[in-house]
Amino acid sequence: MILIEQAKKIFQTKNGPVTAVSDINLSVQEGEIFGMIGYSGAGKSTLIRMLNGLETPTEGSVTVAGRAVSKIKGGELRKARQEIGMIFQHFNLLWSRTVRGNIAFPLEIAGVSKEERDKRVNELIELVGLDGRGDSYPSQLSGGQKQRVGIARALANNPKVLLCDEATSALDPQTTDSILELLVDINQRLGLTIVLITHEMHVIRKICHRVAVMEAGKIVELGPVLDVFRRPEQPITKRFVQQVTEPDESKETIQHLLEAHPNGKIVKLTFVGVSAEQPVITELIRQFDVAVNILQGKISQTQNGAYGTLYVHLTGDTSEVNKAVAFLDAQQVDSEVGAYD
Amino acid sequence: MTEQWFPNVDWEKMWEATVQTLYMTSISVIITFILGILLGLLLFLTSKGQLWENKAVYGVTAIIVNVFRSIPFIILIVLLIPFTKAVVGTIIGENAALPALIIGAAPFYARMVEIALREIDKGVIEAARAMGASTGTIIRKVLLPESMPALVSGITVTAIALVGYTAMAGVIGAGGLGNLAYLDGFQRSRNDVTMMATIIILIIVFIIQFIGDTATRKLDKR
Repeated sequence: MILIEQAKKIFQTKNGPVTAVSDINLSVQEGEIFGMIGYSGAGKSTLIRMLNGLETPTEGSVTVAGRAVSKIKGGELRKARQEIGMIFQHFNLLWSRTVRGNIAFPLEIAGVSKEERDKRVNELIELVGLDGRGDSYPSQLSGGQKQRVGIARALANNPKVLLCDEATSALDPQTTDSILELLVDINQRLGLTIVLITHEMHVIRKICHRVAVMEAGKIVELGPVLDVFRRPEQPITKRFVQQVTEPDESKETIQHLLEAHPNGKIVKLTFVGVSAEQPVITELIRQFDVAVNILQGKISQTQNGAYGTLYVHLTGDTSEVNKAVAFLDAQQVDSEVGAYD
Repeated sequence: MTEQWFPNVDWEKMWEATVQTLYMTSISVIITFILGILLGLLLFLTSKGQLWENKAVYGVTAIIVNVFRSIPFIILIVLLIPFTKAVVGTIIGENAALPALIIGAAPFYARMVEIALREIDKGVIEAARAMGASTGTIIRKVLLPESMPALVSGITVTAIALVGYTAMAGVIGAGGLGNLAYLDGFQRSRNDVTMMATIIILIIVFIIQFIGDTATRKLDKR
């Protein structure tokens, strides 16, 4: 659905040329929810804007839904953009138009007749759950409702791809979740391909199938969300993964426990997919003569399955503890002892 | 009571002058509104980072606007006499005042239009582009509606300034309340005529302000 080859973007500024993104090679499948994560300035905004031609790559090519977005211009580009919906961090609604007027705007651009516009607007209002708010102005809506209008507007012309530019970054956690659920629902119901950029790992975990981690204009890590969660390779990816798996206080807690219990071992268990549902700890206690103290743990759901970490403190006879660790290694849980013993 | 306070006022002449002032003001406001928006759009669209970014066009337009905005109105009328004669055919009467009124006010209003357009959230323009809108559509359906309250409050200020300009134009033969106040009031030392002309001008200004404020409030849904 989307193919980016050798894309590079250089901005000319007063202080000389600045490379925003480079060496980008990426393909996104039809029906996929693809996430790009990075801190501000990593180049993700530039990259997502290349997908609908708001930015043109200095080198390389961008193809979306069979059209070479990076090459076409004028009327052809405008036509292509009607097949690519976009939603924004600050919603970017027209305050001078009602909810209905805002949703009808892209239909007016596409030259849809008044009658059909009204019909389509009604469908969309229902789809995004804004029944009864059609005649309100954006200033009368909450942030979450504004983003729903943004989504309805982006879907008006039945696009093949939906681009989300930090779509939940201005929303509170609860509203973020409801918007994310709406996106997943749309993805499943309409088979729509979604590309989103964010700096919140929570968003990636919750809805993305695959993720690309960006740093200094390059993609430094790319893969299925669960794999990236399990084995983050780059330091930046590890930091992002920690956002959702390890609360800040866990390190302190472990430090404290290590001081309180100098004997034994502290083991970090990582559960991925199926193994997250197995009674590993029960087996451990039954088979070995060790005391297991659960220090901290968390299980998160991702689009491809569950993912979790558990910190346990094992005490007992040294040889028994070693056997217990060997057992854990043999299970489908990855255990890591090194850092904490 | 009017006999006692305004013994020298010829009401028929006063009414005629009021109509002339209203005529000059309304025609010049309408044309200034259109011309100012066109010039303001040109200034905005050719400025840095906008859709038609063009240093040369922006520079030339900005200079023309600044020059005409800076010439004192009374001097502008005199400078424009040959132009007025060529366009209108005469330099006396209400129509003769129009070229100077418009050329004096349109650049002033164009700057206000440019400022109003700059106030529009850049993200909204980007959203319209992302939807595949052409520049024409963006102008008609985004730029103008989104800046309308500021455009209306700007034309209100300009219209009030234009009422003042018509009075000045009146002194050198354009008719209207300024003309009456000067010839009938000042030159014949009839202060009551000057006073009455002033009162009527004030009423016109208040009405313009009221209409402008009401319209701005109605239009602004933010």
